[in-house]
Amino acid sequence: MRSIALTKGVPDFSDGAVSFDEDGHLERGKTPTVMNPNDHFALEAALQTRVRHGGHVSGMSMGPPSYSSVLEEAMEAVYSDDSYLISDRALAASDTWATAITLSAAIEKYQEEVADVDLVFAGFKTADGETGHTGPQTAWCLEWPIVTHVIALDIDPEEEQLRAKRLVEGDVDEIETVEAPLPCVVITDPEFEPTYRKAAHRLEHKRLRAETQERAVDHDDHLTTWGHADLNLDPDYIGLDGSPTIVSSVDPIPKAPSEREATMIDPTDEDGLEQVLEECQPFAAGD
Amino acid sequence: MTQTKPVGGLEGEYEHYEAIVVGCGPGGAAAAARLAAHDIETLVLERGTEAGSKNVSGGLIYAEESAPYTIEDLFPNFRAAAAERPVTDYQIHNIAGNKVKTVDLTDLHEHDTEWCDAVLRRHMDSWLESRVHELTSETGGGVLTDVRVNGLLRENGQIVGVTCDELDPITADFIVAADGVNSELARDAGLMDWAAPEEWFQGVKAVVEMDPQEINDRFGLEPDEGIAHLFSGDLFEDVRGGGFLYTNEDTLSIGTVFHLDSLVAEQAEPHELLDALLTHPLMSQWIGDDYHELEYGAKLVPDSKKVAHREPYRDRLVLVGDAGGQMQAQGPIIKGMNHAVTAGALAADAYMLTRGNADPEAPGRRYTTMLEQSGTMAKLRPRRYELTSPVGEHGLVTRVTEGVLDSPVGSLAIGNPLAKRLLPKAYNSPFLVGMLPDTQTGYTTLPAIIAEQHGRTVHWENEVEPPSLEERIGDLTYNTDVGNPHIRVLDNSEAASGAAVYACPVSAEDFGGGCYRSETVTTNGSEETLVSLDTQPCVECGTCAIVADTEWEHPRGGKGVEFRQG
Ligand SMILES: Cc1cc2nc3c(=O)[nH]c(=O)nc-3n(C[C@H](O)[C@H](O)[C@H](O)COP(=O)(O)OP(=O)(O)OC[C@H]3O[C@@H](n4cnc5c(N)ncnc54)[C@H](O)[C@@H]3O)c2cc1C
Ligand code: SF4
Repeated sequence: MRSIALTKGVPDFSDGAVSFDEDGHLERGKTPTVMNPNDHFALEAALQTRVRHGGHVSGMSMGPPSYSSVLEEAMEAVYSDDSYLISDRALAASDTWATAITLSAAIEKYQEEVADVDLVFAGFKTADGETGHTGPQTAWCLEWPIVTHVIALDIDPEEEQLRAKRLVEGDVDEIETVEAPLPCVVITDPEFEPTYRKAAHRLEHKRLRAETQERAVDHDDHLTTWGHADLNLDPDYIGLDGSPTIVSSVDPIPKAPSEREATMIDPTDEDGLEQVLEECQPFAAGD
Repeated sequence: MTQTKPVGGLEGEYEHYEAIVVGCGPGGAAAAARLAAHDIETLVLERGTEAGSKNVSGGLIYAEESAPYTIEDLFPNFRAAAAERPVTDYQIHNIAGNKVKTVDLTDLHEHDTEWCDAVLRRHMDSWLESRVHELTSETGGGVLTDVRVNGLLRENGQIVGVTCDELDPITADFIVAADGVNSELARDAGLMDWAAPEEWFQGVKAVVEMDPQEINDRFGLEPDEGIAHLFSGDLFEDVRGGGFLYTNEDTLSIGTVFHLDSLVAEQAEPHELLDALLTHPLMSQWIGDDYHELEYGAKLVPDSKKVAHREPYRDRLVLVGDAGGQMQAQGPIIKGMNHAVTAGALAADAYMLTRGNADPEAPGRRYTTMLEQSGTMAKLRPRRYELTSPVGEHGLVTRVTEGVLDSPVGSLAIGNPLAKRLLPKAYNSPFLVGMLPDTQTGYTTLPAIIAEQHGRTVHWENEVEPPSLEERIGDLTYNTDVGNPHIRVLDNSEAASGAAVYACPVSAEDFGGGCYRSETVTTNGSEETLVSLDTQPCVECGTCAIVADTEWEHPRGGKGVEFRQG
């Protein structure tokens, strides 16, 4: 099995890391970049396939050169064998459509020059754009089948088939089991859980972890960077020119006014507490 | 007990390894290392998140001159990499109130001893785990942690493999149960039961932080020296057992080991007994002013004299170490780890010698013979103990001797100057110590009289304030398996399970935050005391498996308490 796991960097939105300017706009320069949290599940699914069936996993990302750190994070976290970074000034400001075209071109180049690919894994959506478009559009460009919202995955290498459980959210959540031929694009759901119920698989997992830890130290030796020229794409289809979506402005949603009138009460102040109780009394019945 | 389940999976078959070792303590590590040396494909399954994270020992690991294997034979560089300080000095303190008579036990300690080092189990076992993984990986196997074996896989009534919480069932040609005290495999095989408290000890221990230089100064040691102090006498009231203090690199191990039946009979609180030791004036010279406890832990210890299984096998399963009751209490000296190592290695050799034999019990039989011929079984079950104990432990005899000793004449006999000279000699005789029956006389009365008659009074102030049980529990690390308790009380009446309220090392009569609590309920006008259980603070010591009416299992792999020191 050979898989490509797509990943990208997003601003680290965790407390303490993220930085906003006075108007509430994200300060990208001051906010560190981390691997998109949802991609973790995609990489776990790729790893599970690798552990169970052997083969190779490549991490792939399109973005600025600094995204090599994201690919390194991917390598450490889920033991990818090598990394491919698609990076070029001409690709800057791509929307999801231009990104999908670029990524599918990169996957095709990979197939021509590296090896045939059985599976492409992608996370469900990114923490910064929240669109969830890139994976499906990439599948469309490749003309491959796609299975989304995958929470469990089984591959039958002989039959070149996959069987997946999908979480279908609705009035009632349902779990749907689907089959698809390989090659296929798999979009994992955040509920995806890898399972390793064979000792041999767990031993392989452990072996890969040890092997990757050594490899990740020299991540850049395992990194291939492709630019616009390598992919040989029509400039009209990439970057800003190839992006039909224009984000005209980003407006921070004003926070709910928090400065309501508040009376501070010392928890040791019995009278004060009594007053709190009295004030709450009218609402006690749930009105 | 878990039923064996039919397996799914694509192949519809069981996974198979030539050998499976359950548990990666000293017994399992030794078995696996030896199997790997014989180039036998070996899978080791350990329920802790890392080997050692579930284990507690005192602990001094002995290398006996007479043993066929020592841990350093199997794991070169063990002493330098995994052990703490060597024990170069060994003393016992007989205590009566503030009076203390110290006897040097170095001779007894050095009898048949090539070397002896203090160890902390997390450090030791995790080091062993990585070595064992390297060795067994070469054979196509390896060590898996976070995997709990929950039972035996049988085919036509014959044991053929193991079942696990985390993995599909696995078959093997040879299965080593090195899963320690409260071995679920030994129980499933019908080889051990968990019924009688008199067959077990309970060990409780605190690991105390101390700067290495401070240790050298306070104990009068060079950096490459260590000391063992033992304590007996009346500081534990009438509970049969004793205390210990061992020096590590930068910590002290201080603990107690008591007969479980005695704890139950005296309704003693284990943590209070530990505190009695910690706060005794004698201790102030070592830990008096700044006491910082890193970890509180506990574990049952089998008494080999009573439970070492004489034929520790069934079908292709063999029991090794504590799982087979191979834990020798030689008077105050506790030898479990070294015997687990010997037994593990012998079991592996036995399999190698009988490999290919169609009879699945051939390795077990050979192992039994090797335990006998190597003299191991004789140490675990000394014949002289079997001859003396029926008399010695008989209640009447105890009462009479106690009476004599308590009488002025009796104490005088021990108190005379001749006795004073003979004392160290008697204590240092492995023969006499091995014969000392497990009665109050040996543990409390005699040491107390010795101290009374020959002891010096210590006047030091001990300012140690041991942490409360609540603080001790608060300092432990847990990965709680929420909604899936590993112990269930079957009979919650006071009579059936009330003993656990005090005998459980993380419960106490007057403490609502422990595992076992007793509560008084009134039904139809009559008052009744009932026992309830919350397994969250459980340190998996195994005590309530014996003293209460429970359905007792270990938590799933990686769940439950995680010891950092051990
Ligand atoms: C307070 C105290 C002081 C002691 N002092 C000493 C001393 O000074 N010297 C000495 O030699 N001995 C001492 N002992 C005894 C000693 O600790 C034991 O005899 C020794 O650890 C036995 O080794 P073992 O390999 O048989 O079992 P253990 O060391 O208990 O190892 C068993 C292993 O199996 C794993 N396991 C258990 N169940 C399962 C399962 N179902 N599935 C997977 N894995 C499982 C456990 O996590 C553990 O790692 C002391 C014990 C205590 C409690
Ligand atoms: S609940 Fe049982 S096993 Fe757990 S610590 Fe208490 S006595 Fe030990």
